[in-house]
Amino acid sequence: MTVMIDVTDAQKTFTMHLQGGIELPVVRGVTFHVNPGECVVLSGPSGAGKSSILKMIFGNYRCDSGRIGIRHRGALIDLATAEPRQILNIRRSTIGYVSQFLRAVPRVATIDVVAEPLIVNGMSRAEAQQRAGSLLHRLNIPERLWQLPPATFSGGEQQRVNIARGFISDLPILLLDEPTASLDAANRAVVVELVAEKKRGGVAMVAIVHDDEIRHLIADRIVDVTSFAAAA
Amino acid sequence: MADQNLVENDEPLLVAESLSKSFGRIAACRDVSFSLYPGEVLAIVGESGSGKSTLLQMLSGQLAPGSGHVSYRMRDGVTRDLSTLGEAERRFLFRTDWGFVHQDPAQGLRMAVSAGANVGERLMAVGWNHYGRIRDTASDWLTRVEIDTARIDDAPRTYSGGMRQRLQIARNLVTEPRLVFMDEPTGGLDVSVQARLLDLLRSLVAELHLAVIIVTHDLAVARLLSHRVMVMKGGRVIETGLTDQVLDDPREPYTQLLVSSILPP
Repeated sequence: MTVMIDVTDAQKTFTMHLQGGIELPVVRGVTFHVNPGECVVLSGPSGAGKSSILKMIFGNYRCDSGRIGIRHRGALIDLATAEPRQILNIRRSTIGYVSQFLRAVPRVATIDVVAEPLIVNGMSRAEAQQRAGSLLHRLNIPERLWQLPPATFSGGEQQRVNIARGFISDLPILLLDEPTASLDAANRAVVVELVAEKKRGGVAMVAIVHDDEIRHLIADRIVDVTSFAAAA
Repeated sequence: MADQNLVENDEPLLVAESLSKSFGRIAACRDVSFSLYPGEVLAIVGESGSGKSTLLQMLSGQLAPGSGHVSYRMRDGVTRDLSTLGEAERRFLFRTDWGFVHQDPAQGLRMAVSAGANVGERLMAVGWNHYGRIRDTASDWLTRVEIDTARIDDAPRTYSGGMRQRLQIARNLVTEPRLVFMDEPTGGLDVSVQARLLDLLRSLVAELHLAVIIVTHDLAVARLLSHRVMVMKGGRVIETGLTDQVLDDPREPYTQLLVSSILPP
């Protein structure tokens, strides 16, 4: 089996210079791996460092020590030491990330927010928009909203736009930070289906899910983050 | 983000090596080095007096470095040290392969001639001489920057601040430069006008595969437009890296101060 994500002994501490330089240890000794077609769910109470681990795997947070191995175009690359340019390339063609909140550009229409990751990878605008439309349909975003920027949408609608944007590409790794947090039952079910489809497509996923029922439905394995608690 | 611009294993477009500049006893810029790749957007952030404008002037060949070098890979593939270019070569570079968007559009435009002529002038400088084609291309560009083509014969002094800035962008991009320098391009504009301009810049940069060096004190601008950021303080680069990493996980005390000073939206 070719491991897609291989995290070894990763450590993260925040140093708060504006608060007299206090050190805020987040996690240490983070070690786990994810295989293709597998969804690993990170569990633990709020503040245990789940989101921080996800952000380290995306290269959004720095990793103080240890290794974040990511399989990118066949080779295992250490994201903890990769150049910014390489991280951007890895994000474009290997790692997708569904954040907790949508961070959209003002003025860009919903359909384009969703289609953008495909266009970035060379798909024609028409085809990308078509795929974006069918995904928005599945996630129950009415067509009359597609041409509007998502900034004025409800929390649940924004989250579904965010999910559509994250799921639209065929990237081999997908990180999910509470994808179902603000969704109703019908839309949670759609997300569970989408995750199952990604698994069948061989995508390696790491997810944070607080809902026990959803976790039970999507998790192949659970990694307990409390074991990586960085005792101060 | 304009990530499609980034191709792996390519050659840098511009390389800065140990750039320093002092004005009398004041060191405005100290030992700055970096490489910029085609299609890459680099933001230089810092407050007034941090040295970012001095750096931009050296990078764009407008100010001779006190020490250090800037080299640029020309369209023919040859990398040249800017200090070895003759005045004519430097000016040609400025009119063709480079753009420079000033904070004050009046510095980058000719305020008394028509909008069409402002855009067309750059084309004539690279040898275009067919009036109809020049006018058509200028008109296309006005449309791309969302200026009503009915205003093509009006001088920019009759334009609003936001329109002037968009016209300055059209004038710069019409020759399809590979590198554009921007000095606080949204600086003097209202917030609503800023958002529109940023959105426009963001899509043009992506479509045209532009490399950009943008000086800004506005971290929101850096987040929206740039791939990579350099934080300057006291003439030095104190922190550099992937834009979202530096802004979401700032390491240096000064960067933490800058990030924590942003008002919530």
